[in-house]
Amino acid sequence: MDQQALLPQARLGEFVAFLAARQKLIGPVALGYNQYKFAEVTSLEELSLDYLPTILPPKKYFLPYHERLLSYDLSDGQGMEPVVEVEDITLFGLHTCDLAGIQCLNMVFSDHPRDLHYLTRKHHMTLIGLECTDYCDHYANCAMLRTHLPKGGYDLFMTEMNDHYYVDVNTYTGEVLVREADLFERVTPLALKELRSLRDAKKKIFQNELPIRYQDMPKLFDDTCDSEVWTQVGDKCLACGNCTNVCPTCYCFDMADEPELGLTRGHRVRIWDSCQHETFAEVAGGENFRGQRSERQRHRFNRKFHFPLERYKRVFCTGCGRCSRSCMAGIDLKETLNALIDERS
Amino acid sequence: MKTMALHHCSYQVARAKVETVRALTDLEKLFRLVLPDGEALNHDPGQFVQVSLFGVGEAPISICSSPTQLDSFELCVRRAGRFTTALHQLNPGAEIGIRGPFGVGFPVIPLEGNDVMLIAGGLGLAPLRSLIHYIIDNRRDFGKVDILLGCRDPQSMLFCDELEVWRKRLDINFSCSVDRGAPDWEGNVGLITALIPGVHLEPLKTVAVVCGPPVMYRFVIQELLKKGIAERHIYLSLERHMKCGLGKCGHCQIENLYCCRDGPVFNYADIKNIKGAI
Ligand SMILES: Cc1cc2nc3c(=O)[nH]c(=O)nc-3n(C[C@H](O)[C@H](O)[C@H](O)COP(=O)(O)OP(=O)(O)OC[C@H]3O[C@@H](n4cnc5c(N)ncnc54)[C@H](O)[C@@H]3O)c2cc1C
Ligand code: SF4
Ligand code: FES
Repeated sequence: MDQQALLPQARLGEFVAFLAARQKLIGPVALGYNQYKFAEVTSLEELSLDYLPTILPPKKYFLPYHERLLSYDLSDGQGMEPVVEVEDITLFGLHTCDLAGIQCLNMVFSDHPRDLHYLTRKHHMTLIGLECTDYCDHYANCAMLRTHLPKGGYDLFMTEMNDHYYVDVNTYTGEVLVREADLFERVTPLALKELRSLRDAKKKIFQNELPIRYQDMPKLFDDTCDSEVWTQVGDKCLACGNCTNVCPTCYCFDMADEPELGLTRGHRVRIWDSCQHETFAEVAGGENFRGQRSERQRHRFNRKFHFPLERYKRVFCTGCGRCSRSCMAGIDLKETLNALIDERS
Repeated sequence: MKTMALHHCSYQVARAKVETVRALTDLEKLFRLVLPDGEALNHDPGQFVQVSLFGVGEAPISICSSPTQLDSFELCVRRAGRFTTALHQLNPGAEIGIRGPFGVGFPVIPLEGNDVMLIAGGLGLAPLRSLIHYIIDNRRDFGKVDILLGCRDPQSMLFCDELEVWRKRLDINFSCSVDRGAPDWEGNVGLITALIPGVHLEPLKTVAVVCGPPVMYRFVIQELLKKGIAERHIYLSLERHMKCGLGKCGHCQIENLYCCRDGPVFNYADIKNIKGAI
């Protein structure tokens, strides 16, 4: 089996049907008003493959909004059993920015102490990427973060060309899919040439959206710790937490107990939380270590562009633009970064 | 979606049995706990556990006994809200869940051979007590030992019986001050910072460990630095909102540090420039 293959465009519908017959298939679906979401599909007709980043990123399958961690039974004192919610899922049509987001989450949850809930679920996922050939809209800053090109993290990765999809086969799982679907052809020299010219054209379209280099980001945040920009952003912010919910690399969470009706049995659950919420860092006695919205916004930006570089050696922003698109107060990530850069110079 | 059993995970709790409960003040109770088969918790002084009661939740609580006490461990809990109120209702024989021990505790090894100055404010005595008992149980390994204690008023004083013992011991210099006195109080009245100038110490061989409410730190540190103690020789235990104890949930984060994983005990030199740490 080659590491690349071609899928004739005319056979994409059959491939989607093949995937849907195998296990639950999830892909981008249009909601109207230029909004999209990842949802279960069974056929190509339901998919919208030319899509803007979905409202919620694929993180909702890796780290569900609400998940059971333990089941307890009070009739046995503090007896409990660790449980995990899993499902075999194929995620289809993932953009490179979202693949990068999943890679970030993978790093965090495989870092010690390993999170076996996340890791168990991860092993039940099949990931099929889809290349973007142009910007989705002006909110994106993927070139700056170099997430506009495929960098692994998928089983199969598809690039749309004139008559075919050029498919990169990255894993054994991907290889099995290609073989069993029986719809793929060998890569031709012509197809290779076409891929190269497509990537060349992308180089001209995707150019660093901001006047700063990747490696200089931490310094920018060191220098602008006390900047007025944070006060301005804080003044606008409503502390709703939309930005962190829609972020593919935000993973802050809360834990809670949910008793069943009889009250003896129940579940300890993990629920998404947001560092933008007012009481996120408050302790008993009322002391709040990030009581100001400006402090919480600075924290959010630092958690993307500054802190993760030390431990994970990468920026935890994928440039997808979701936070800017969803902010009710109109806080824009690119504008904020530009303001910080301006102020410093 | 299927729910499957998971063999093992970081959220699972171990059972611990409440052996004794003692009310220390109106607000604080001391719980002595044993693990199944009398197994030792094997903690470092200054570490904490996540205490769990299913149906109620979890809370981080410092272990206030020394690891030299092998057959059981102790938690001193202030009634502060929903979880701690539920804990206060427990009687001997009840079971609780435990995760941990977590975090980085007090610097026991760097303290050895040095003079130690232990400063506690209010409930800060609970975590510091694990170190005090450890030092008393290994007293020969340490130089001069000073304990400075501050609290709101005489009624809120914790571990009064032990304080009397420490006060009487010749190998410990114990002093104590209350913010507000009471008619029968014969000791110092005033802030804990007022006790520091009077302590005789050799700055080069003294290590200070401070544990108390956030407001106390800035003032106490100033006094310690005035005494000539090096920044590197000052350790603090910080409190933050905690959920997971695993360096993941984000609640306890102080800039790029996680209080639950990198702390709760920090070296002052490491955190003095970190915004919002102290
Ligand atoms: C490292 C560490 C050690 C601690 N040691 C002790 C101790 O030895 N004795 C003691 O009495 N208290 C200690 N505390 C404080 C104790 O954890 C809180 O008082 C307790 O969580 C309050 O919970 P509650 O449900 O009773 O109060 P509520 O105010 O009802 O709490 C609501 C929620 O907020 C969280 N929360 C609130 N305050 C804190 C806090 N300070 N830290 C972390 N989470 C919080 C709780 O998990 C809970 O889910 C310690 C805290 C930390 C971080
Ligand atoms: S989405 Fe906008 S208003 Fe809401 S918390 Fe984020 S920045 Fe603040
Ligand atoms: S308590 Fe969750 S990260 Fe520290």
